[in-house]
Amino acid sequence: MLQQKRWRFAILAILPTLAIFAWVRMYPIVETLRLSLHQWNILSKNKPFIGLANFRELFQDQLFLNALTNTSIIAFGVVILTVPTAMVIAGLIHHRTHSRFSGFYETSVFIPHVVSLVPAAMAWKWIFDAKLGPLNALLEFFGIPAQAWLFDPVLSVICIIILCSWQALGYAVLIYLVGFKNLPVSLFEAAKLDGASGVQRFWHVSVPMLKPITLYVSVVTLISGFNVYAQAFVLASDSQGAPGRQVRVLVLDMLENSFRNYRVGYAASEAVVLLAIVLVLTLIQFGILREKGRK
Amino acid sequence: MTQTIAASTPRPKAGGRMKTRGKLIDFAIDVFLFCFSILMILPLVFLVSNAFKTPEEIVAWPPRIIPSDPTLENFRSVLADTPLPLWIFNSVAFSTLSMVAIVMTSAIAGYVLAKFPFRSLNIIFILILATAIVPFEVYMIPLYFQAQALGVLNSLWGLLLGYLVMSFGIFLIRQNVMHSIPDELLEAARIDGAGEFWIFWRIVLPLLRGALGALAVLAFFQAWTSFAWPMIVTTTRNSYTIEVGLALFQTGFTVDLGRLSAASAAVLVPSITLFVILRRNFVQGVASTGMKE
Repeated sequence: MLQQKRWRFAILAILPTLAIFAWVRMYPIVETLRLSLHQWNILSKNKPFIGLANFRELFQDQLFLNALTNTSIIAFGVVILTVPTAMVIAGLIHHRTHSRFSGFYETSVFIPHVVSLVPAAMAWKWIFDAKLGPLNALLEFFGIPAQAWLFDPVLSVICIIILCSWQALGYAVLIYLVGFKNLPVSLFEAAKLDGASGVQRFWHVSVPMLKPITLYVSVVTLISGFNVYAQAFVLASDSQGAPGRQVRVLVLDMLENSFRNYRVGYAASEAVVLLAIVLVLTLIQFGILREKGRK
Repeated sequence: MTQTIAASTPRPKAGGRMKTRGKLIDFAIDVFLFCFSILMILPLVFLVSNAFKTPEEIVAWPPRIIPSDPTLENFRSVLADTPLPLWIFNSVAFSTLSMVAIVMTSAIAGYVLAKFPFRSLNIIFILILATAIVPFEVYMIPLYFQAQALGVLNSLWGLLLGYLVMSFGIFLIRQNVMHSIPDELLEAARIDGAGEFWIFWRIVLPLLRGALGALAVLAFFQAWTSFAWPMIVTTTRNSYTIEVGLALFQTGFTVDLGRLSAASAAVLVPSITLFVILRRNFVQGVASTGMKE
């Protein structure tokens, strides 16, 4: 009787949230999966089922393959740049926790992570600007020829990696800081007594102990790297209105197929590929963590 | 730096020297961290400073942080050209509504999923868990057609549709309830004859204040910085959020760096100020995202 009353309250209380959740989350996810197997251009009424034809076409589509390559390079580039830097910076900030500037360090490293994407990208667009930017001016000061940072196909990808890393760093540092705080102090004292230097302690104690955190940060950074869109949109679009050389990334390609070419089913199959990448990355993370737990 | 601390065995006699050496190293670390921190915020500092520069001064080398001849001309011309205040209003309204919706749905769902051990609720939790890792970009196209069917494109409600719930928020609250609210407390209230709703409202919610605050800040900034969804949902100039407005404004023909910087600075300065004020809440919220499992 009492149990039943509680059950009724629980269901009534969660029902609105569940309804919203089903409506704006579960339904569109299922719909993405379903549409990826259909051919649908917005204008026509019928959506014939075409099985895996969308996917087959996808992997012969040069634009898509280009987008996939760029996105992967960006995602892995950001991880390689961000994760080791974040670990070192967090280690140093942790070491100087009692410094009067530690709040300043934490805040300024974290600010790029919270500022809106577009204004931040605008700042970097100025830095990278071929004619007006300080980066080229600095290079020329040292006698290095100026580069067309945002127009060269290789350099513009590097620019996006730098912008994304600048933004991702604060989050990684924060997570590492939590990790450092949770490390057992006794371990470090023991290492200290054994005569391990600061660098040795970092390398032989902190790095192995923080492995789960490194894994988590890497996967999260990779996943958000695969979703890169705004950075590419702002950095690689020409400010003078011309259709500048865009760095094609997955989300951009997807939106273009859906809203410019009206091929929604095809775009949905791209979304499914993105989902598959994210799933594999997450499974790898869980797999490694579980293996560690078993040992 | 590595050589200086390579003392392999600490000798008790060398204690004093070690200490001064340790202090020197700490000082070096401070200098390094200080420079690094400055470098991190330098792009934003220059952005704000460029907003006050004349076109000639923007291209000057080396760039100055304090403009020699500060001008408000950039701001004036941005305001004349774009509905910037309206975009900011759209963003603030959208972020606030999204924050309210996420805090409400997460609080109630998180509490129920933490403290009511029924099989049916477990199924719901697994469903939420399973969809949590799906990035927004994956399902936003079908969601767009849902918004279209509802006729809410180009409106606040359309924007809101994508940001009504947050799987992570539900986890965060569930985790918090499990760790910080003992079953005995709820049982005691029930024995005293308190109704379930009263318990939630008067006992659970006040105890969750810290976690809800962190979640609120997180939710607000999530909506504030969203880009892809507002980009597809809003297509009329007056319905843009600030992010979309700026991104499209910068592709315009007659736009120069000074005005772009002015528009960007008008958005950055308030949001950074807000962040610095709410830093504790924010850091707590973000830090807890790493503690999921």
